[in-house]
Amino acid sequence: MSISAILFWVLSVAALFSALMVVTSRNPIHSVIWLIVTFFAISGHYILLNAQFLAVVNIIVYAGAIMVLFLFVIMLMNLNKESEPARHRWLQLAGGVSGGALLLVLVAALKDTELKSQQSLMLEGNTGLIKTLGQELFSNYVIPFELSSILFLSAMVGAVLIGKKD
Amino acid sequence: MPINYYLFLAIALFSIGVVGVLTRRNAIIIFMCIELMLNAVNLLLVAFSKMHYKQAAAAAIPIANPGIDGQLFVFFIMVVAAAEVSVGLAIIVMLYRNIHSVDINFLNRLKH
Repeated sequence: MSISAILFWVLSVAALFSALMVVTSRNPIHSVIWLIVTFFAISGHYILLNAQFLAVVNIIVYAGAIMVLFLFVIMLMNLNKESEPARHRWLQLAGGVSGGALLLVLVAALKDTELKSQQSLMLEGNTGLIKTLGQELFSNYVIPFELSSILFLSAMVGAVLIGKKD
Repeated sequence: MPINYYLFLAIALFSIGVVGVLTRRNAIIIFMCIELMLNAVNLLLVAFSKMHYKQAAAAAIPIANPGIDGQLFVFFIMVVAAAEVSVGLAIIVMLYRNIHSVDINFLNRLKH
């Protein structure tokens, strides 16, 4: 087994385990920390696929900015294990069963596709480098890029307006 | 790596996110599970963007950067997710200030 295959399995197990811990841990702070671990594992997958720009942006935007915002809000509200609301046991069971059924249906529908022989190229190819992505982003995708700045502006105005004490 | 390993990994992460949305009552945790589902889709988009790389580079008329659209799509999903989180957390903070709880069973009070 090559080193990239070993890394793939290690990162996959880490991502799945930490995603399960996000859902199952009672303390919201622990959930946030496990979600950060999941994002780091997914960034590792991006590096294995040689999508270096997305790996770095994933760490900076998700693990750096968004999760710090979540952590800040949880600490502001002083949420902990005692104040955590829990669903009824049967509703939890029903949620787990329906999620498992979704997993089963998707896997059963996709396990015999002709994609099986296709390989996802690892550790080579220059599509994910910041130079190629930047050139494409500022030539063919310049209008969506500028529109996203308007989206950010409106999100900022909306957040300030909603969060303002009236 | 065969592409269907990535497919099954992304399906599993997405299903874990769905289970989290269905079983938890804390609005912030539900929000985090939605982020988890977005990330599963992002991972799958990146994996598929590298699928036809060799064939496209060795074709009679080579394509300049095969799969670049998928990776740019992931970038725009991240942009939308960041905007969504800022507004969503503002709504949750406003909710907490009014009813001193983040339980989603109280969210139906938003309509009054």
